[in-house]
Amino acid sequence: MASVLDETPRTNDGTLARLVRSLRWYYVAMIAFLLIYPLITGGFWTVQIGAQTLILGTIALSLMLLAGYGGMVSLSQLTIAGLAGYMIAVFGGASGGLGLGWPPFVAIPMAIAVATLFATLVGVISVRTEGIYTIMITLAVGMAFYFFVLQNREIFNAFDGFAGLRPPLVLGINMREANNFYFFCLAIAGFGYCLVLYLSRAPFGLALQAVRDNPRRMRALGFNIQAHRVAAHALAGFLAALGGMLLVWMNGQISPGSVGIAPLISILIIAILGGIRHPVGPFIGALIFVLLDNFAMQLIGGDRFNTVIGLIFLVIVLFSPDGVLGLWKMFRNRLRRQPQDSVESRTE
Amino acid sequence: MIHKPLATTAASALALAMTIGTTTAHADEPIRIGVLATLEGVFAASGQDGMRGFDMAVDRFDGEVAGREIQVYRASSDASPDSALSAARRLVENDEVDILIGPLSGSEGIAVKNYAHEQPQVTFLNGSSAAQETTLDNPAENFFRFSTEGVQWQAGLGTYVYEEKGYERVAILAEDYSFPYAQIMGFMTEFCDLGGTVAEKMFVPLETRDYSSVIARMPQDIDAIYTVMGGSDILNFLEQYQQMGGEAPLIGGSIAVDQTILSAEGPDRDYLIGTPTSGPLADDWDDPEFVAWQERYQEMFPDGLGSPGLFAHAYYVNTLAALTALEEVGGELGDGHEALRDALQNLELDTPTGVVQVDHNRQAIADIFITEVSSDGEGGLYNRVVGVVEGVNQTLGFPEEEFLANGFAARDNPPVEECQ
Repeated sequence: MASVLDETPRTNDGTLARLVRSLRWYYVAMIAFLLIYPLITGGFWTVQIGAQTLILGTIALSLMLLAGYGGMVSLSQLTIAGLAGYMIAVFGGASGGLGLGWPPFVAIPMAIAVATLFATLVGVISVRTEGIYTIMITLAVGMAFYFFVLQNREIFNAFDGFAGLRPPLVLGINMREANNFYFFCLAIAGFGYCLVLYLSRAPFGLALQAVRDNPRRMRALGFNIQAHRVAAHALAGFLAALGGMLLVWMNGQISPGSVGIAPLISILIIAILGGIRHPVGPFIGALIFVLLDNFAMQLIGGDRFNTVIGLIFLVIVLFSPDGVLGLWKMFRNRLRRQPQDSVESRTE
Repeated sequence: MIHKPLATTAASALALAMTIGTTTAHADEPIRIGVLATLEGVFAASGQDGMRGFDMAVDRFDGEVAGREIQVYRASSDASPDSALSAARRLVENDEVDILIGPLSGSEGIAVKNYAHEQPQVTFLNGSSAAQETTLDNPAENFFRFSTEGVQWQAGLGTYVYEEKGYERVAILAEDYSFPYAQIMGFMTEFCDLGGTVAEKMFVPLETRDYSSVIARMPQDIDAIYTVMGGSDILNFLEQYQQMGGEAPLIGGSIAVDQTILSAEGPDRDYLIGTPTSGPLADDWDDPEFVAWQERYQEMFPDGLGSPGLFAHAYYVNTLAALTALEEVGGELGDGHEALRDALQNLELDTPTGVVQVDHNRQAIADIFITEVSSDGEGGLYNRVVGVVEGVNQTLGFPEEEFLANGFAARDNPPVEECQ
């Protein structure tokens, strides 16, 4: 993040021009790669690896927004995503005649709205706490939600949950087709990424980071710090809800297992693994997580594959508290030092 | 220079991506079999036993079938349909298996069956999942289940308790999800036809710890309580029921009084003596083939369970079916597995628990064992075989239309009012 801020010329011309100027070749290469990715891979790599990375990355991005900018580590981001998924099933209908069967253009916005509202409520409850207590209270929210959906039959269909959930046809485009679904996920993830990147420099985002660094001074300056934090929860909730919508469409079903403790913690692992200092972190974390989740068993086989996953996570976090992003930064600084000293005289 | 690693990563990802999808099966190449079981979470022990069953079947064929080597790809789920689907996708779309065996639990089975519809080029065989809908509701042409399901597992139990035990009026206490619904259907169908009555059906959420309200509501004029619960739930209920002075005998669902419950610590176990239940296998079945299979299990897995469990049995039977049919067709997988599927359809499979065939929905018709908890005289308990019901099909002997007219097993189906 720091480097992005520094490298961007601070001029007052339009946002678009600034955006174009800040485009480096590796951005272009990355975007191009993401766009042609499904065309060079098969269904498995497109959906299971590609789309899943984007979806989990989007949900972890919402945590990155809260933790990175707001200093609030929330464990309930997947719960919010799960609520959005459940609401899509409840409002839009699922197989077996369950749900209300509203048309998708009503059901989907309603689902996102309900989840965002719930995230705001979680924010209201948790913003008065700090550090580990925020983690505890959001974990409690997540667990309460898990047991509620497990035991509530009237709304959430208890243990069985909902199946047969498929994305609707949008403008005649079949979202169920692997490539279309991937591009849809890419669009949502790209939107979330740009939003969070934009926030890092927008007044609200700057205020949020200031609240993180020194709440007392911000309060003395007349900022309503609680309101900023609640707003961050609402915004992050919205992102998580979008991710939840995609997740439920990818899996085609949702049940209490989808919002249990293990997936809850996975989101935290993804965010920490990638790094919470820049919005690209969660996506890197998600990619590593998805690859390990799919292939660790082939690396080692037998019953010990979870040990391998755990060890790799441990090593990354041990050597770089900032996740993969931190490793990358360390590596870059080391590389840069030699040529820079002699050729360039960049101030950093 | 700085950006080189990214470029290299992209390039290697590209290269990797291009190598995928270039392999196709030929006659002298290995046969690729994927196996999916639950090796994470609360059912991890069951999943391991399922894998043992699979390994036993592969071992019986010495790792090759019709001259082609068997290449095994394993995948794990955490018992949630999401993870089962994800693991199945990896096996089918990345490892390109010809045959997939699994999954372990009911809702996973429905998810994998739905996925089978999307992947007609692969032949799926069930693991140990036992939901009724998997093969009865919108069955997939390429999904075979040589193991029996929850409704079938209770075949004969209603008759046994009514006629042999003399229970005429029962209360039902069950966990609130699909597997108990299916079991209740299997039980009530026979029990109510004979004239037995059900005083009340009570459902508790999974992982309930406090049963006092349920016990307080328990009707007094009953001969027995039919409990369709498992694991810690049945143990908690039993303990609290005894503390509150309950005396009604129990009838068990298929997982209510398995070996893990019978060997659990506590003074209350003797209460279970005489509890009848039924299921797809019984530990002390003295058929020579079963005993041989049991011994082979103990020999192969010294640190496994004392005797192969329900999960090992189901995975074994399904894998055995796949390999036997493959052998029959000489490993021929052309024409979209047409020959293999014909062979599976017409297979009369010899298993340790009798001959198994599949019906037109590719669902097993097999024997069911009725057992009763007995003392082994040394302080231990075991399930003693008291009867075998031969050739139980998915509609419990009723014509399919008549059976389906009653709907699928659900919370309120069969309704209690029709049995009072």
